[in-house]
Amino acid sequence: MDFYGINPSVLIASLMAASVPIMLAAIGELVVEKSGVLNLGVEGMMIMGAICGFITAVETGSPFLGFLGGALGASVLSLIFVLLTQVFLANQVATGLALTLFGLGLSSLVGQGYVGIKPPATGAIPFGPLADIPFFGRVLFRHDWMVYASIAIIAGVWAVLKFTRAGLILRAVGESHDAAHALGYKVIRIRVMAIVFGGAMAGLGGAYVSLVRVPQWTDGITAGAGWIALAIVVFASWRPWRVLVGAYLFGGITVLQLNLQASNEFPIKIPVEYLAMSPYLITILVLVIMSSGRGRASLNAPASLGQNFHASH
Amino acid sequence: MTRETLLSIEGISKSYPGVKANDDVSFRIGEGEVHALLGENGAGKSTLVKMIYGLVKPDEGKMAFRREGYAPSEPREARSLGVAMVFQHFSLFDALNVAENVALGMDNPPPMRELASRIREVSESYGLPLDPSRLVGDLSAGERQRVEIIRCLLQDPKLLIMDEPTSVLTPQEVEILFHTLRKLAAEGTSILYISHKLEEIKALCDEATILRRGKVVGTCTPREQSAREMAEMMVGATLNAPERAATEPGPVALTVTDLSVASPSAFGTSLKGVGFEVRQGEVLGIGGVAGNGQDELLLALSGEIRTPAETVRIHGRGIGHLGPNERRRDGVCTAPEERLGHAAAPDMSLMENALLSASVRKNLTRRGFIDWQGTRDYAEGVVKTFDVRTPGIGTAARALSGGNLQKFVLGREIMQEPEVIIVNQPTWGVDAAAAAFIRQALLNRAAAGAAVVVISQDIDEIMEIADRFAALNEGRLSEPVPTQGLTIDQIGLMLGGAHGMHDAEVPHHVHP
Repeated sequence: MDFYGINPSVLIASLMAASVPIMLAAIGELVVEKSGVLNLGVEGMMIMGAICGFITAVETGSPFLGFLGGALGASVLSLIFVLLTQVFLANQVATGLALTLFGLGLSSLVGQGYVGIKPPATGAIPFGPLADIPFFGRVLFRHDWMVYASIAIIAGVWAVLKFTRAGLILRAVGESHDAAHALGYKVIRIRVMAIVFGGAMAGLGGAYVSLVRVPQWTDGITAGAGWIALAIVVFASWRPWRVLVGAYLFGGITVLQLNLQASNEFPIKIPVEYLAMSPYLITILVLVIMSSGRGRASLNAPASLGQNFHASH
Repeated sequence: MTRETLLSIEGISKSYPGVKANDDVSFRIGEGEVHALLGENGAGKSTLVKMIYGLVKPDEGKMAFRREGYAPSEPREARSLGVAMVFQHFSLFDALNVAENVALGMDNPPPMRELASRIREVSESYGLPLDPSRLVGDLSAGERQRVEIIRCLLQDPKLLIMDEPTSVLTPQEVEILFHTLRKLAAEGTSILYISHKLEEIKALCDEATILRRGKVVGTCTPREQSAREMAEMMVGATLNAPERAATEPGPVALTVTDLSVASPSAFGTSLKGVGFEVRQGEVLGIGGVAGNGQDELLLALSGEIRTPAETVRIHGRGIGHLGPNERRRDGVCTAPEERLGHAAAPDMSLMENALLSASVRKNLTRRGFIDWQGTRDYAEGVVKTFDVRTPGIGTAARALSGGNLQKFVLGREIMQEPEVIIVNQPTWGVDAAAAAFIRQALLNRAAAGAAVVVISQDIDEIMEIADRFAALNEGRLSEPVPTQGLTIDQIGLMLGGAHGMHDAEVPHHVHP
């Protein structure tokens, strides 16, 4: 059953895979922002994750170690952000932008010898007969393990934020660092852990781009996915499950426009350039709509977002 | 009655760069005693209690809790011994609900459902009803304080520290609080009560330690001393009550009619049909607990929020549609509550801050160029006349202490010789001497023929300087009444929102 040469089950399956990088980066950034820190360096951390993951996978031959290496590489980069904003109290916006520029440059330097190599393949999990169920088999049971892992991470973050004391403390620190400090919580320590977690998630997302989505190494491989992830956090109004929705929405539009470009049967001919920019246009549109309703959505933003904390007495 | 000592403090000192916050402080608190810590702003009270609560480490000195050495390195350690603290501000989270806020202040909170039922139980047994599932951002100041108190009570405290607990409460809420505290003390909990409100201390406390500039300058039994004696120990000088010249008010200068304004902030209160008149030479006091529309009222009067022209009139002319500078030209000057960031730009010098507000009325700019000489003279005049303690007019506003900056901000407005001046919380967080000075300056301006509107949470302040009083409650303003002969109870009823006081009188006038 095709529409203008586009198969819906294939479309859904591929949008699930296409949205993994932004979903991972966005859920990491959500945790960071919930702790009251605005890290605009997601793009830089993602691309460091992409190259570190790629190198590790190529050198060891193991995609699993590759993802681990990607997460590690990006966390190390996030430690620069920690040092500047949490220790030296530098402006978070400027530091985040610098981190992105630094990450882009460093990744292209490190990746010089790896252009044109193919990484080891990350295979689909064999579900046996389940994968042969019509429609649902194609949609749900033919993915690689990272697709399932990313959904599990969303569920985990949601559960931790909603049900655990650790999550409550994290939200409290992002809501009012002065109050949290007065009650004896270690604001800086909690934020550092959140930032490093955010780095690791961005790194996983980046590694997914270079190991599965593309899969090879070229400069600037993440192509703005980090910025989309930042937008998705706002779009999701800092709620984990909405990050999933936002990522699927964005992934869906990306995949759809690719399919429309390839399809010869679609009745209206839209220039390729418009199709290519459509995901970004939709993102801008959604952000405008979200922030125009100043009520509920803005209330859910962490009140201390982007403010540095310095214990004063 | 001799009590067992619960907490003793000996020779505590703490220095910060450039200041000695505490210098050889010693005192002791007995079991079940209500002990007052009295002192002006900057006397070192907060630093001292932060050391007791484990937030700050002393440089020197020893503390003992029930005769055992006590040196908490973090609040958790203090809490585990039964030391609990109710903060002046900064310890609640607006976007979290009551139960979550309480849980954050406990070390081993029970599961949420059990906690919610315990909150209900404790809050009812102490007469402080509270719904665990409400968002703290939606609560009144009194209810917010209940959250903090209940957070402490759930941990069965031996020593409860209260840092200026009544500064945001209505008289009725203060009564409820005192009732709770007396009950706690009777059950054997010691209370360390920090305040500079002497009448409260006389009503509540058994013993008092008075701090001045980080040192203990005396101890007393508050019930046996007059408020005046304690005030003079606290300030270290004799105090003069402001003088009021008895003048007949002139014609109406400022008229506000049916002023309704939507609040610009999510947790703010919208104004609903506010109306009043102020005559020349008259001081109108607007009381009310913070967050009932005070900020919005000031914004609407200063011109930061514009309204239909006829809602705000000066000498009968509508100015509601004009912005702040046009209103200044017409003689309306305002001083908002938030000193840093609203009244003054923190990183700019006093001279620049003077220019920002006074350029219109004092002609400090010519064809777009700044008259620096005139600006300098004006700023120096303010500093001199209002006794602002600063190294010079080139100093950044943020470098000044709260009281000094407030004197500067008010001086800057008053010296523009406005016909109408509106101030919000003119003496909030200002020490007694500076507060007396500021009140006198406002009275002097009124005596010179200006209409003065003082928005304040401090009832004593309003009673001291205002001719008429009106209460702001949930964005509605009561009918102004003369302050002479007004009792604290009546004020409390007005603040609590009993708008019926005047409605009840209406039948007397209606004779068909």
